[in-house]
Amino acid sequence: MQDHATNTIRLSVNGEAREFAAPLSVRALLRELALPTERLAVELNRELLPRTGFDHVLHEGDALEIVTFVGGG
Amino acid sequence: MTAPAADAASPDLADTPLVVGRHSFRSRLLLGTGKYPSHEVMRAAHLAAGTECVTVAVRRVDLTGREKSLLDWIDRSRITLLPNTAGCFDADDAVRVARLGREAGLSELVKLEVLADPRTLLPDPIATLDATRRLVKEGFVVLPYCSDDPVLCRRLEEAGAAAVMPLGSPIGSGQGINNPRNIRAIKQALRVPVLVDAGVGTPSDVTVAFELGVDGVLLNTAVAQAREPARMAAAMRHAWIAGRQGFLAGRIAVADHATPSSPESGRIAAASG
Repeated sequence: MQDHATNTIRLSVNGEAREFAAPLSVRALLRELALPTERLAVELNRELLPRTGFDHVLHEGDALEIVTFVGGG
Repeated sequence: MTAPAADAASPDLADTPLVVGRHSFRSRLLLGTGKYPSHEVMRAAHLAAGTECVTVAVRRVDLTGREKSLLDWIDRSRITLLPNTAGCFDADDAVRVARLGREAGLSELVKLEVLADPRTLLPDPIATLDATRRLVKEGFVVLPYCSDDPVLCRRLEEAGAAAVMPLGSPIGSGQGINNPRNIRAIKQALRVPVLVDAGVGTPSDVTVAFELGVDGVLLNTAVAQAREPARMAAAMRHAWIAGRQGFLAGRIAVADHATPSSPESGRIAAASG
């Protein structure tokens, strides 16, 4: 476990390259980013990731889109 | 299925509800949530309009965490969210955004918007039809924004659209209803609700749409960018009720000549034969 704690992974989050400590689940990523799990949706590598899949562990190079509702017509 | 009156204080304004999928709305006025000067002004406008359904857009979250959630200003006990696919220019992107909207909002409703180009913002009819088919297959309740073309609207209905949303005129233009005869023809050709979307500028535009027989109107800019959005929203509420009630009451036929409103007999100054 100790080696894991020193590992990092690079992710693309909403188009931004970011580095995080690994291992990292989607749920842990949201916590890290201080985002709620409600009122948002996550796409992993262009595929919708349902809320029930938030314990999925992310891999090096994964691309995430995290979206919410904003004003629109 | 007797609905509560449009105005509960006036039982003579009784109306059926607008039904889309499993949703039932007493207010036939749908509003947007974009382009308001502030969230507070938006909330006041929604309240003044009496709307029960508002559109929202799906966008990347603010990773800095500084933006407050739009949803904190929408009373979801009274107002249903209608996620849109605004900003999509092909069917693949629209399907992607619709899926994200469903997951974020836990609602199967989607206002499908697939635009042809960023300059005209006119809907792409072919891509819209394609995306409608795909989303219906995935269980969405699809409300496609579309051209004011009766044939296309019929095709969208056949594809499983829960309602169609023909444009009054280009998005944000405030030109009103440019082709009232087409809007009426669409209404006559379809069984699903017809909701005029886009281009509405004034309360009288809303009234005209309802007088044509449409089932609902969606507008955003006309209220959000008015000098006093809440006042305009209240005016829009009166306007939809006026147009809808006028339609239900049944207008008189248009005549080529004058017809007196007072009796022709009994006049003291009747011309002598």
